[in-house]
Amino acid sequence: MPFLEIEKVTKYFPGSNGMGDLCVFRDIHFHIEKGEFVTMVGHSGCGKTTLLNVIAGFETANEGGIILDGKEVTDPGLDRMVVFQNFSLMPWMTAYENIRIAVKAAYPDWDRQRVNEYVQQYIDMVGLTGSEHKRPAALSGGMRQRVGLARAFAVQPKVLLLDEPFAQIDALTRGSIQEELIRMWTATKNTVFMVTHDVDEAILLSDKIALMTNGPEARLAEIIEVPIPRPRSRETLIDHPEYSQIRRYILNFLIERSRKGQEQGQVVSKLSAVSDQPSA
Amino acid sequence: MNGTVQLAEARERQKAWLSSLLFLLLFLLFWQLSTKPSVGGRTEGLPGPLAVAERAWEMVSNPFYDRGPNDKGIGIQLLYSLGRLGLGYIAASVVAIFLGVVLGLYPTLYRAFNPYIQVLRPISPLAWMPLFLYTIKNSVWAAIMVVFMSSIWPTLANTAFGVSSIKRDYLHVSSLLQLSWFGRFYKVILPAAAPAIVAGLRISIGGAWIAVVAAEMLIGGTGIGYFVWNEWNNLQLTSVIFAILTIGAVGFLLDAGLGRLAKKVSYTE
Repeated sequence: MPFLEIEKVTKYFPGSNGMGDLCVFRDIHFHIEKGEFVTMVGHSGCGKTTLLNVIAGFETANEGGIILDGKEVTDPGLDRMVVFQNFSLMPWMTAYENIRIAVKAAYPDWDRQRVNEYVQQYIDMVGLTGSEHKRPAALSGGMRQRVGLARAFAVQPKVLLLDEPFAQIDALTRGSIQEELIRMWTATKNTVFMVTHDVDEAILLSDKIALMTNGPEARLAEIIEVPIPRPRSRETLIDHPEYSQIRRYILNFLIERSRKGQEQGQVVSKLSAVSDQPSA
Repeated sequence: MNGTVQLAEARERQKAWLSSLLFLLLFLLFWQLSTKPSVGGRTEGLPGPLAVAERAWEMVSNPFYDRGPNDKGIGIQLLYSLGRLGLGYIAASVVAIFLGVVLGLYPTLYRAFNPYIQVLRPISPLAWMPLFLYTIKNSVWAAIMVVFMSSIWPTLANTAFGVSSIKRDYLHVSSLLQLSWFGRFYKVILPAAAPAIVAGLRISIGGAWIAVVAAEMLIGGTGIGYFVWNEWNNLQLTSVIFAILTIGAVGFLLDAGLGRLAKKVSYTE
């Protein structure tokens, strides 16, 4: 049985000045197995963040629904922790307190000492040792997202939802945090749903990549597998023969087919094999 | 680099200090020269600074004497006033923060209540006095209610505004963590809106202190406001002037205390 089921989800936004409701995406339907890392790629405006918000419970689907571990979920909860693009740390709390409030919420029965030890363990894991008593404003973007990752992982949710988690981090730091994420994911075997428009990031991290057509009324075009064996790292990845193939395929989709599919208002033909057509 | 900037800043501050001291001395000199010297303990016209200082010393050296209803030390009078201020202000602040949080969280309610707040806010708190005297039938509690009315609106308006403009992200995180109502209020909403709330509290306490003095002039009996009026009736202008200065100094201290609190709850995103 699939672990996380996105069941024919359709989302409308109320239209402005008397226009009808705007359909963000229609009939998004796919499943994620336990322990799988699935990434959704698409142009901005295709509603991928909205879909993530629906899964998180911040927004409700107009049609369809989300089933996690056999149960429908509608409201936000500790079983689906989100790592936000803008970090969303409480600026009046230190890094330590930001993680501790999550740990206390997730494990209400633990005594103070156990909570503190556990928080420190995650602080150390993401390399924040020495900076844990600084407030977010005193931390760099990369450091802040480390806090965000630690907060999400520490709760040990059923699913991790990553909303363009590295988009606001400078390119040099991004790489090391991505590898941090791989390490944590390998250790915890969490189920992950990530949203990004960074193709390299998607290939580096994911088992499967879901491609969305352009919005409005975006659709899920296809899901491709990333057959590159793990462990992966940025250095070995680019040497892998299939890497450039997948990359070209996705870029080709984003440049050419994502728009065509939208213009015709129908799902792009499904290709299970990775095609090798040159991008025009 | 940073050191030189700090040094320059410190020098600026020193200059400002010296200038204010100089202005004060000039003012005192001008004041002294423009008033007639006292003749045999009686002054004509306004008393000069030396006469006020002499009276001030007398009052400060024995602040807590009590010789009947019309003759109490300035310390006792101040304590009466601060007591009224404290009661009215704290009660108003608790109500304002609580109500403000509710209004801030529910935009429709906020919109529904806002016209009333806007109409009630500009009313001088003293205008309520007759109604309070009639309904409560106790002048001391009526004065406290005047303080209450004076200090509820700025805190209420600021709290509602502060809570309504809390970033959605923080509320998202608190709903992710499934915080209890209390946890959400205490750990997220209050600290997030604290800078706006404290700004409101700071405006409120200034207004409350002004209202206390005025209310005490009306109800009489005790307090620094009554003291001013009583000394005016006794034609003791030196006492009046010193009391005025005291009122200013206490107001300054109250504001400075909240300024410190403001610094403590401020945060950068």
